Amino acid sequence: MSIHRRNNIRVTGNASGRTVVLVHGFGCDQNMWRLVEPALAEENRVVLFDYVGAGGSDLSAWREERYSSLDGYARDVVEVCEELDLRDAVVVGHSVSAMTGVLARAMAPDRIGALVMVCPSPCYIDEEGYRGGFTAEDIDELLESLESNYLGWSAAMAPVIMGNPDRPRLGEELTNSFCATDPDIARVFARTTFLSDSRKDLGNVTVPTLVLDCEQDVIAPPEVGRYVHAAIPGSELVTLPATGHCPQLSAPEATAAAIRSFVSALGR
Amino acid sequence: MNRAGSGPDEPGAGVPGTHAAFSALLEDSAEELYESAPCGYLSTLLDGTIAKINATLLGWLGLSRADVVGRMRFSDLLTVGGKLYHETHFAPLLRIQGHLGGIALELKTATGSRLPVLLTSTLKKSHDGEPLLIRTTVFDATDRRAYEQELLRARRAAEEAHRQAEADRERLRETLQVLQRSLLPETLPDIPGVRAACHYHTASTMQLGGDFYDLFALDDTRTAFFLGDVCGKGPQAAALTSLTRYTLRTALLHDVDPVADLAVLNTALLDRYTGDDPRYCTAVVGVMDRVGDTLEVRLASGGHPPALVLRADGRVDTLATAGGMLVGAFPSARFAPAHTTLQPGDTLLLYTDGLTEARVGPHHEMYGDEALESFAAGLAPTAPHDLVDALKDLLRGFGDGLDDDTALLAIGLPARTDTGSRSAR
Repeated sequence: MSIHRRNNIRVTGNASGRTVVLVHGFGCDQNMWRLVEPALAEENRVVLFDYVGAGGSDLSAWREERYSSLDGYARDVVEVCEELDLRDAVVVGHSVSAMTGVLARAMAPDRIGALVMVCPSPCYIDEEGYRGGFTAEDIDELLESLESNYLGWSAAMAPVIMGNPDRPRLGEELTNSFCATDPDIARVFARTTFLSDSRKDLGNVTVPTLVLDCEQDVIAPPEVGRYVHAAIPGSELVTLPATGHCPQLSAPEATAAAIRSFVSALGR
Repeated sequence: MNRAGSGPDEPGAGVPGTHAAFSALLEDSAEELYESAPCGYLSTLLDGTIAKINATLLGWLGLSRADVVGRMRFSDLLTVGGKLYHETHFAPLLRIQGHLGGIALELKTATGSRLPVLLTSTLKKSHDGEPLLIRTTVFDATDRRAYEQELLRARRAAEEAHRQAEADRERLRETLQVLQRSLLPETLPDIPGVRAACHYHTASTMQLGGDFYDLFALDDTRTAFFLGDVCGKGPQAAALTSLTRYTLRTALLHDVDPVADLAVLNTALLDRYTGDDPRYCTAVVGVMDRVGDTLEVRLASGGHPPALVLRADGRVDTLATAGGMLVGAFPSARFAPAHTTLQPGDTLLLYTDGLTEARVGPHHEMYGDEALESFAAGLAPTAPHDLVDALKDLLRGFGDGLDDDTALLAIGLPARTDTGSRSAR
């Protein structure tokens, strides 16, 4: 099984430009980037992929042990970079994948030369002196609701999961399919994401880093963006005039412009 | 509605009072329809701020319009799990697709209780395609959620039962394998100057078969062997096989006359299985005596297919044992003796009827004794392990046509040019 097929890698854009790897977060797949991809592709070579377990990846390659820690997701990023033999790529990670990018860079320093962290959160749970946006009880409730109510959670996806190739009509009716995730895989990803604490890894980042956050973000409050910016020496913070946790969808032009300006300042 | 006497174009016409009712209905304003619809309506700005909400939904939430409009965002109505789902799935999908339906979420009401709902949202866009606002309809899904939870419970119970059944099945398979192996010799003994090979084909790993064989030295020059097939399958057959095997082994140690040994087995089976539950078997029992560089073979058959001898010169002999009766079925059963001499290069073949009764060809005919003889003739002369290998290939070729257990035992003497002794499974 090639990594290409396993991670559903897609490469577009300007082949002579600097390579930008777009990494989706929890909940969706590479489609998250579809509104910013055209703008980025003008100057840069753009690499898109799905984590194993998401989107068009090979679900049979998914292993709970591997994907129960962020390192497992970071290894996906590294293996995609290796597959394409990338050097000094810019890894753009959304949400939890902003941290995955940090871990991947530590694993493969030659391959990753800069990071863009879109709505990052190194830790979701509030602590003394740190505001992550959620209490431990909130996260417990989330995980509990995942455990006890997966039918409800997966209502948008269940038809795809239950659908079989013999009944393609089921899939056709369901336009929500590209963000469909197997409930078991989603549960593991959610647990890994929302219980993660990678704050100590931020200080190790030595490459140029852009932190992008939104004015209003239900998942990562403004304090988190500021925290990440302060913890990474020399990083740049851009707060987008956007709401929600997905500025690449709610404010694609501003998001793409911020990434382009950061990447072009890096040089080739 | 009483439509008697109404024309299709004039609802209520001709029935006093009905016309007035229709008029009242038609005067139902759009506003009234919106506010008191049987579902909730919600319009939000792109940042989630609630711009409009109907009375039905306010009633469900226990909130006043002043609490909500312009003050709350849609995600404020959601539980924490719902918020995360909204941010990671719902909002991105809506933005990409412009429409999203059938999403199950829970709303928080003013009293803190949770209201299970189904949401459908559309993105209203301007003429030039810019998204303007989000319209959402909200359906009370309390009953549906209760039903889903029932389904979920049932599904978990079914999954657990399935897991348990698979585990039980695996345990049973292992048990059966161990038991089946215990009914056959672990390996054939190494008997100087004699070559032997065997094979047991199991038709089903979930069912104990009823075929058996054995080969063991009686003393320096004599070797005993037998092969047979008990009636039935499963644990009863296994118990019968066990009794048969140990009875024959004991009998052979006491008496080297195969007819007498079958008679002992006949008595033992009749003693053990009485009344309504007769149990019987077919078997070939034999004793080989080393004389010079030949083997004198005396055997007896009780209702079993005839043994074949593949001669060193390429002929195939059938050791006729017609007239031998089933063992364990009749008190006065008679068994048919036969005698042959194995020369160097000769191979004796014993088999059960799984082989000859396999179904072959497009018409599922029985493979049959004649086909087996022809097959053997095509191989002769051959050594025991080569013969068994060829028969294993033949069995494999039967595919689904082979639906019974099959035992094979081949015994022979090395050809004169060929020295040394060996046995193979």
